[in-house]
Amino acid sequence: MSDVQALGHEEGDRAVPLAASAVGDWIALLKPRVMALVVYTAAIGMFVAPVHLHPVLAFAAILSIAIGGGAAGALNMWWERETDALMRRTAGRPLPAGRIDPDGALGFGIVLGVASVLLMGLAANWLAAGALAGSILFYVLVYTAWLKPRTPQNIVIGGAAGAFPPAIGWAAATGSFEAMPRVLVVIGFRWTPPHFWALSLWARGDYARAGIPMLPVVAGARETRRQILLYSVVLVATSLLPCLFGAGWIYGVVTAVLGARFLWLAVRVLRDAQDERGESLTRDAPAKALFAWSILYLFGVFAALLADHLLI
Amino acid sequence: MAMDGNLTERDLKDPKEWSKAEADEFRRRRRGRNLAMLAALGALVLLFYAISIVRLQGPG
Repeated sequence: MSDVQALGHEEGDRAVPLAASAVGDWIALLKPRVMALVVYTAAIGMFVAPVHLHPVLAFAAILSIAIGGGAAGALNMWWERETDALMRRTAGRPLPAGRIDPDGALGFGIVLGVASVLLMGLAANWLAAGALAGSILFYVLVYTAWLKPRTPQNIVIGGAAGAFPPAIGWAAATGSFEAMPRVLVVIGFRWTPPHFWALSLWARGDYARAGIPMLPVVAGARETRRQILLYSVVLVATSLLPCLFGAGWIYGVVTAVLGARFLWLAVRVLRDAQDERGESLTRDAPAKALFAWSILYLFGVFAALLADHLLI
Repeated sequence: MAMDGNLTERDLKDPKEWSKAEADEFRRRRRGRNLAMLAALGALVLLFYAISIVRLQGPG
């Protein structure tokens, strides 16, 4: 191929900017911050399992979960490229900004998704590979394509996709799903609604512009604040369940303390100064604090589980 | 490319009209992508080699 041919290709009257993508754009397509949380919870799920994989196989299994999570992120961005362009928070992503062309992103996501499942199957077992495939498909088809544009319950149900990694890590080591990994999935499942609703409180203008029926758009900010508190209570109670399935006192104490702050922040969100329409008069400062704490909370809960496993 | 990373009019113009500097920028980015692909494929080969050795040693 000559350089002139390689510089781009014509699509209608417009030159498609193939030259625009840098390596960093392809990495951004993998949603690296989400990937970090996925890898972290999966690695702890694998580490606290009663069976230990050979380090090389464990590394390959965690890598496959990271790649699978990245593939799901790339396919999510491919599907949402038009709505992302309408939202300030996401308009700078590589697809809506035009730095990567959609076909390339779709191919990238599919190849990585298939490769991650095969790698998991070869390095660990096919149960974990099947669970990884299921979580990718659930995130892309059930959450992104089906639920998210249709119902304010999108996050309540779709949260399951991001909750799978600790159970996949456990299954990679043991070849089974026992009570503990199931409880860890439930924690991630219940963590997602208050986490995302806190974000959607201050980003609801974006969601409304893009026509995405997030809870604050459909039910209003006041109802969302009530739901955040309700789901936070459920989350904190759920997070204590591992104590019934073998987790020790370190986990119980740390999770109770982290949960108490979570609830306090959720109450602050409910009591945020607001006008008669429920609009925050503090630029949703309590919701931003809860969002930030929710990330620390998940890190802390899983760190406590690991500490418990190592020290008790 | 604008400072915010978004495309400018210049990025979208016909590649045949690119200046030498623009073509050089394209080659630099293409080289970066190719090197990243080479590193990823090399790492994958090493990983599959290591997995094979561990698997051949017995249950892991």
